[in-house]
Amino acid sequence: MTTKMLKAHWLRITVHVGALIPLAVLAWDYAHDQLTADPIRAIILRTGKTALILLMLSLTCTPVNTLFGFKPAIKVRRALGMYAFLYAAIHVAVFLGVDYGFDPVLLKDALFERPYALAGLAAFTILLPLAITATRGWMKRLGPAWKKLHRWVYLAALLVILHFVWLVKADIREPLTYGAVVVVLLMVRIPRVRKWVSRMRNQLHGKPRGSFITRDVSRQIP
Amino acid sequence: MNTILSSEITPEHLYLSRRKFLIGAGAVAATALLSACGVPTTTVTPAVPGATPTDGTAPRSTMGTDELGDKLTPYDSVTNYNNYYEFSLDKEEPARLAQGFKTTPWTVQVGGLVNNPKTFGMEDLLKFQQEERIYRLRCVEAWSMVIPWMGFPLSRLLKEVDPLSKAKYVRFETILDPQQMPGQRGGYFHWPYVEGLRMDEAMHDLTILATGLYGKPLPPQDGAPIRLVVPWKYGFKGAKSLVKIDLVEAMPISFWMASAPNEYGFYANVNPDVSHPRWSQATERRIGELSRRKTLLFNGYADQVAHLYDGMDLHKYF
Repeated sequence: MTTKMLKAHWLRITVHVGALIPLAVLAWDYAHDQLTADPIRAIILRTGKTALILLMLSLTCTPVNTLFGFKPAIKVRRALGMYAFLYAAIHVAVFLGVDYGFDPVLLKDALFERPYALAGLAAFTILLPLAITATRGWMKRLGPAWKKLHRWVYLAALLVILHFVWLVKADIREPLTYGAVVVVLLMVRIPRVRKWVSRMRNQLHGKPRGSFITRDVSRQIP
Repeated sequence: MNTILSSEITPEHLYLSRRKFLIGAGAVAATALLSACGVPTTTVTPAVPGATPTDGTAPRSTMGTDELGDKLTPYDSVTNYNNYYEFSLDKEEPARLAQGFKTTPWTVQVGGLVNNPKTFGMEDLLKFQQEERIYRLRCVEAWSMVIPWMGFPLSRLLKEVDPLSKAKYVRFETILDPQQMPGQRGGYFHWPYVEGLRMDEAMHDLTILATGLYGKPLPPQDGAPIRLVVPWKYGFKGAKSLVKIDLVEAMPISFWMASAPNEYGFYANVNPDVSHPRWSQATERRIGELSRRKTLLFNGYADQVAHLYDGMDLHKYF
């Protein structure tokens, strides 16, 4: 029974456990005073990076299915997106509430007049309605509009990269590495690129053209 | 909100006398010796919060606060939260990576436009009377600390080499040693670290060469064995582990000016009204505190240094 369950749900279990580990480590480090001499900054940086990684993983699900036919990825896409939003929400809440104490005067300067902060704020503003409408109920209610709405996540991901690039003091290699991955994840969604990748893959494996599913089954409303 | 009321500001005579309340390293050492002999001494050595004496001697300072009444940042924070890119871009890594850093023997070559170029050994530099200076350190990343440095005014060293009248700037250079400094191995930055001061800034009494903190020799992650400290400028002006000081005619191009010329200027004076192009400098977080505090013009040293910049557009010369 347990083995059967593990076999059937291993990816889901991995995602839920994996996505909660950074939060658990953060809580542990906080409780043990191990968040550097500037814990607020450490919390903001860590939750921000975790949110970005989870967002990128959620963007990986669809191409992994369309290009490689790995369907289980689609089943964890929503969970990954929701966890990305959870970390982003903590990130934003600590910045606004703890770091700046919701002080409108300070925030006007620190948030609305800083391009990096604005890029982050814009990304979060996009993610918010996406998180709210991530349920099956909303999928049904919105119908074809749901897909359109959720495509905004591509822009959110690019804004997050911009937010990261504009934030670092000098060495932008790290944010650019994340940026390159995001660009690849978005590129493989372009139908022409997707078909080309499938063709290359099939040729490599000596399979006839078009034998692979290139249609995104995930977007069918259940 | 965090405005300082005039009633909260220490009267100038008291404040000046406090600033003069500096004791030599010899006195500290003597105190330590006397204490060791069980002789009671009168030197005030307030308990240092978060102190972990690892080498047997407890971190100590003559005062518990700076002249504004701000508490000293715990020794642990000062020595475990460092921007020292020669070791790592991470702030906690230098404390670990710098542990084996070799600081003996050590020499500082002082030359350029001077009458008496001279190479000082660390032992020569420690002969300058060492005194404690409690300074606020404001990082350009909008966090700050209060640190009791040990050291001596740079002006004393410069007087020994007798600058020529042609000398307009002082150029500081950090050691280049990729073997010991992993951060210098990458090709991204242009090492070694270079900083500069205008002659009048370098000769200002607040500008010191620090050789210690909390009454102990500088830990390697804080810039051992000798570093520059200019309290009214952003922390990055304080070049660490100095090996070369040159008097020059042309304004030196600092490490950060070369790395990001649109973001870092030569002066780098702490100024809440001049934002970094990408973030505000209006507030800062004092390490150990939760809420932000307002950043003070020239980091609170305006009465002593503002005149150096009379008539200069601080937005232009950032």
